[in-house]
Amino acid sequence: MLSSKIHMRVYFDHNATTPVDPLVAEAVVRALSTEFGNASSVHHFGQQAKGVLDDARSSVARLIGGEPSEVVFTSGGTEADNFALRGVAEALESTGRRHLIASSIEHEAILTTLKALTRRGWRTTLLPVGASGVVSPDALRDGLSDQTALVSVMHANNEIGTIQPVFELARLAHERGALFHTDAVQSVGKIPVDVRALGADLLSLSAHKFYGPKGAGALWIKRGTRVSAILTGGKHERNRRAGTENVPAVAGFGVAARIAMSKLTADANRLSALRDRLEQTVLARVHGTAINGARDARVPNTTNISFEGIEAESLLIALDLEGIAVSTGSACSSGTLEPSHVLRAMGLPTHRTQNSIRISLGSGNTDAEVDYFLEQLPKVVEKLRMVTGVRR
Amino acid sequence: MSGGVDSSVAAALLAQQGHEVIGLSMQLYDQSGGGDGLRFGTCCTLDDLHDARRVAARIGFPHYIVNFEEKFAETVVSDFVREYASGRTPIPCVHCNGDLKFSMLVERAAGFDADFVATGHYARVERDDESGRYRLLRGADAAKDQSYFLFTLSQAQLAHAIFPIGALDKSQVRDQARELGLDVAEKPDSHEICFVPDGDHAAFLADRGAAASEGAIVDSAGRQVGRHDGIHRFTVGQRKGLGLSTGIPLYVIGLNAEAGSVTVGTRGDLEKTAARASGVNWVAGVASAAGTRVTAQIRHRHPPAAAVIRHAGENEVSVEFVQPQVAIAPGQALVIYDGDEVLGGGWID
Repeated sequence: MLSSKIHMRVYFDHNATTPVDPLVAEAVVRALSTEFGNASSVHHFGQQAKGVLDDARSSVARLIGGEPSEVVFTSGGTEADNFALRGVAEALESTGRRHLIASSIEHEAILTTLKALTRRGWRTTLLPVGASGVVSPDALRDGLSDQTALVSVMHANNEIGTIQPVFELARLAHERGALFHTDAVQSVGKIPVDVRALGADLLSLSAHKFYGPKGAGALWIKRGTRVSAILTGGKHERNRRAGTENVPAVAGFGVAARIAMSKLTADANRLSALRDRLEQTVLARVHGTAINGARDARVPNTTNISFEGIEAESLLIALDLEGIAVSTGSACSSGTLEPSHVLRAMGLPTHRTQNSIRISLGSGNTDAEVDYFLEQLPKVVEKLRMVTGVRR
Repeated sequence: MSGGVDSSVAAALLAQQGHEVIGLSMQLYDQSGGGDGLRFGTCCTLDDLHDARRVAARIGFPHYIVNFEEKFAETVVSDFVREYASGRTPIPCVHCNGDLKFSMLVERAAGFDADFVATGHYARVERDDESGRYRLLRGADAAKDQSYFLFTLSQAQLAHAIFPIGALDKSQVRDQARELGLDVAEKPDSHEICFVPDGDHAAFLADRGAAASEGAIVDSAGRQVGRHDGIHRFTVGQRKGLGLSTGIPLYVIGLNAEAGSVTVGTRGDLEKTAARASGVNWVAGVASAAGTRVTAQIRHRHPPAAAVIRHAGENEVSVEFVQPQVAIAPGQALVIYDGDEVLGGGWID
């Protein structure tokens, strides 16, 4: 009797997505019903919708220390990443700069887009990372050339949570006349993000990673940066992203940004304490475990743990059957699992790229939930090890 | 759960009977069509997985995809390629059952605290209370019976196997699916080898560099009567695709991988009164005695034929048929039955 064993459902996969805050849901519903106008319309209804967009744009800009006019709403982080890479590539094509650099631990939104650009004649370089999961400025210095158009390095890694030295990397890129983009999807809402302090030219963010709705994200583009639109059509978003704005999702995005600003520090402190306790207890109670990546410079909610002699796929399913939701951080949309490209890039041996799970905490998680996890995990791990041990 | 009607109903029936069901679908091969990412709608949008997920959601049990791609390539696919290249006619489903469903999947299931692995096979398992042994029986629907594909199962494997639709007819399975409101109720049966696109095994082998080169078509006296473009395109008993124009119908009666030749003959040449198999599994764990009267089946959907066991060892068996059998193909299975019960089986030499 398996399901009867489930005492509670625990959600530890906030880097995948988060539940929306009730205030966010209210704003979304309002924009779906009463504020339903097309923001491009001249009349009252249009103005109402435009007002919703303006509000949200101000809130999002404030969250990242930018100007409202620099914020272009997109359908999410993936579109923002595509926009940054393809938009810069197209805008700079005529300059003869045909080289793009990214780290080898970027999200697929960056890596797959780079592959697509490679097929169209762009040269690309992927920067290595060490076992720490942090890109070294030296690696970038070696990779840069006068042909480099854009460097894209994520702010925080989605699988292991490591924070990259964006400020220093951006400075190096600028020294060689290249633009700098950072995918900040996993840092915005978790730690303070200030575009000026980071020194970037472009920054991607996504609403649903910090209690906003899915289907809303933004690319922050520093004023004066050369970027071509990749979605062409009407004059929406100041000619930079055509298509009727998704006002409901953007409305929720704005509210989520305001909430994030108000409780960022308190949440970060609480979650890092919870995460550290979870981590230390796992290391103490379950033998053959190790934390992947550097433990000092990390977003506060994330840990990535490797379990000797276990397949992540099985651990994930077994934990889910106990009501605990975690992930490997690298799941194909079909739900099947592949070895993590991030852990592979860190030089971990194959078995460790396949025996690691990601735990990402969020606002709603409690001490009691962590206790429940810590009580279930050793049993589940022991069972899986026993079963595989018998046959191999 | 393959996403077909059989495994869907199997899972749903168990859930209805009050069992705790965990749905597992095996990801067995890359669907991305070469992995260049340029073909739309292939990777990760498999309709079959979609169907399996929808069944699980409708009935209300969890569903997961387990990735066995590596193991599948190492065992089932590589055996398939090797067998064709050596002039034999493989049955990948048997290996998939033995090496994946009833070994890896059972192991995974044990890790999830599950006691049994159930599949949508048309077969039955019974426990003999006296001996404590498990008996593997044909499915109740003679037209759909899949016990032939399960002959490699051991007592230990049968002890953890459930075939919930084994006692049903296909039409009853579809009725059940309709009653349960499953969208897959009218889904057509699949007949082709699941991992070979469009059923074109010759192209599949060519893609893997395993296609045999062209060679001679010879008659039973060794005289060349034509040319062929690879022995992997032929199986014993085949009549089509020879490109020969002779007065009498000719059939493939043998394949010689070393010489790269296809031997043809008349229908009479295809008839054999004996068959021998190796790599035998005796389901009960003990070999049948020589002289035992049995029925033997030389391929799936072939009528079982009365036979007598001539010799039975731990790993090999030979039988003599009461009536001559047509087209006994090396690589296929010789499965031995006592009525509905699978006694054992092996690979035809």
